[in-house]
Amino acid sequence: MDLSAAQKIVIIGGGQAGAQVVQSLRQFGYEGDLVLVGDEAALPYQRPPLSKAYMKGELGEDRLYFKPAAWYEDNKVETLLSQRVEKIDRARRQVTLEHGGHLDYDALIIATGSRPRPLPVEGADLENVFDLRGLADVEHIQPKMIPGHRLVIVGAGYIGLEAAAVARQLGLEVRVLEMEQRALARVTSPVISSFYEALHMEHGVDVRCGARLARLKGEDGKLTHAVLASGEEIEADMVLAGIGIVPNVELAEDAGLPVKNGIIVDEDARTSDPRIFAAGDCTVRPLAHYARTGRLESVHNAIEQGKLAAAAIMGKPRPALDCPWFWSDQYDIKLQIAGLSMGYDEIVVRGDIEAKKFAAFYLKNGLLIAVDAINSPPEFIASKRLIMSGASVASETLKDTSISMKEIAAQAA
Amino acid sequence: MPTITYIDHDGTERPIEAKNGETVMETAIKNSVPGIDADCGGACACATCHVYVDEAYMEKVGQPEEMEQSMLDFAENVQANSRLSCQIQVSDELDGLRVTTPESQH
Repeated sequence: MDLSAAQKIVIIGGGQAGAQVVQSLRQFGYEGDLVLVGDEAALPYQRPPLSKAYMKGELGEDRLYFKPAAWYEDNKVETLLSQRVEKIDRARRQVTLEHGGHLDYDALIIATGSRPRPLPVEGADLENVFDLRGLADVEHIQPKMIPGHRLVIVGAGYIGLEAAAVARQLGLEVRVLEMEQRALARVTSPVISSFYEALHMEHGVDVRCGARLARLKGEDGKLTHAVLASGEEIEADMVLAGIGIVPNVELAEDAGLPVKNGIIVDEDARTSDPRIFAAGDCTVRPLAHYARTGRLESVHNAIEQGKLAAAAIMGKPRPALDCPWFWSDQYDIKLQIAGLSMGYDEIVVRGDIEAKKFAAFYLKNGLLIAVDAINSPPEFIASKRLIMSGASVASETLKDTSISMKEIAAQAA
Repeated sequence: MPTITYIDHDGTERPIEAKNGETVMETAIKNSVPGIDADCGGACACATCHVYVDEAYMEKVGQPEEMEQSMLDFAENVQANSRLSCQIQVSDELDGLRVTTPESQH
């Protein structure tokens, strides 16, 4: 459907994806009404620093925002903040706001993101038990980040480990409880898991794998202990849950749009309704280089789908697709990830694990499908290119540090 | 406040009043200067904020650190005066800085 004559566009969600749609629509020349509805009080901001430099107090709040408030005025973007959309009426092409009122649309973008998976245990509602997703969460957490405080982090995923690194650097006593047998079990290989477990232990974090949280115990509504399935009771001043996210699909689902672990969209980020797009964490999308669909929780994905949706609405050529990429900062270690390692049948390590400068390449049927690059930007960037071009590289070559990544990329091209 | 002039690949100049302490990338993004994507928001993780620094300012801007240099090695059309603008902090000393953006960041 050609939507280039659209005069009313509504975006639900003010995160990275929603912000990108707004910027790209104006950049592509859209001149009609543009309304962004966000359930947070703040204008769109970057989430990644929340568990890194911002949480640590190294980056001021003003530096989190994508655009200053004046930008929205100058670009005639109406922002309805601290507002939720209650319902999408596709027949009337109208969304209903929670606090009353309707917005008509010619095109609609659902960028509702995701929410932290709640801790499924008794005591999760005690005081000093936190999630980490938005600015407001950090506001609650930061005053408790006091040297000597005992912090228990539930879940050794990226959020949990990044928060553990910040907390240690701020002088807290930190324990990480992971139900699986290794850290980062859902997202990476045992090589990288062991590296991060050792890194955190070296910094004095007590990382407990295979530790299942049974319940949280408190007194007068305030947290006192985390109780493990083994019966062990761990004293805690605060608990931070980092056990994954749940995509916010309910609005789409209630509107009858196909949903399966995410709102199903095509290569233009369009749902089954030609006037409705979805972008970011809440979607399940075709994964161009992997011949399957999947849900990506990343900045790259939010930006890319935001651009795809805006381009499709404006009848512009589809922007070039990037290879999925991610990053994580913990202590002085920068992890850069390109591609998706799921389904790999071979791992090749290049570099020196002891020196904290190495990369784990993941291959499937002899083709490079992903890399985890630790303090190794050349391995990251070269892999992005190799993955996108689908060129085959021998594992002996990848291993050989006497050949630079630049040469490897050039040879394969 | 120091002024930074952004020049796009067509030669269009955009002088911007920058804030000390922010980066040359952030100043560009907040003022909608085209030609800088900065997908990672300044974490030195994506190399989409590549700029060419005016020769006259090369010394004041300084040399890239190792992480930045290795990201730059893979950027398109890299030159001796290439920098990642997320790694250049604005200060009074950089008043008058001129940077040119490449045709594409990808």
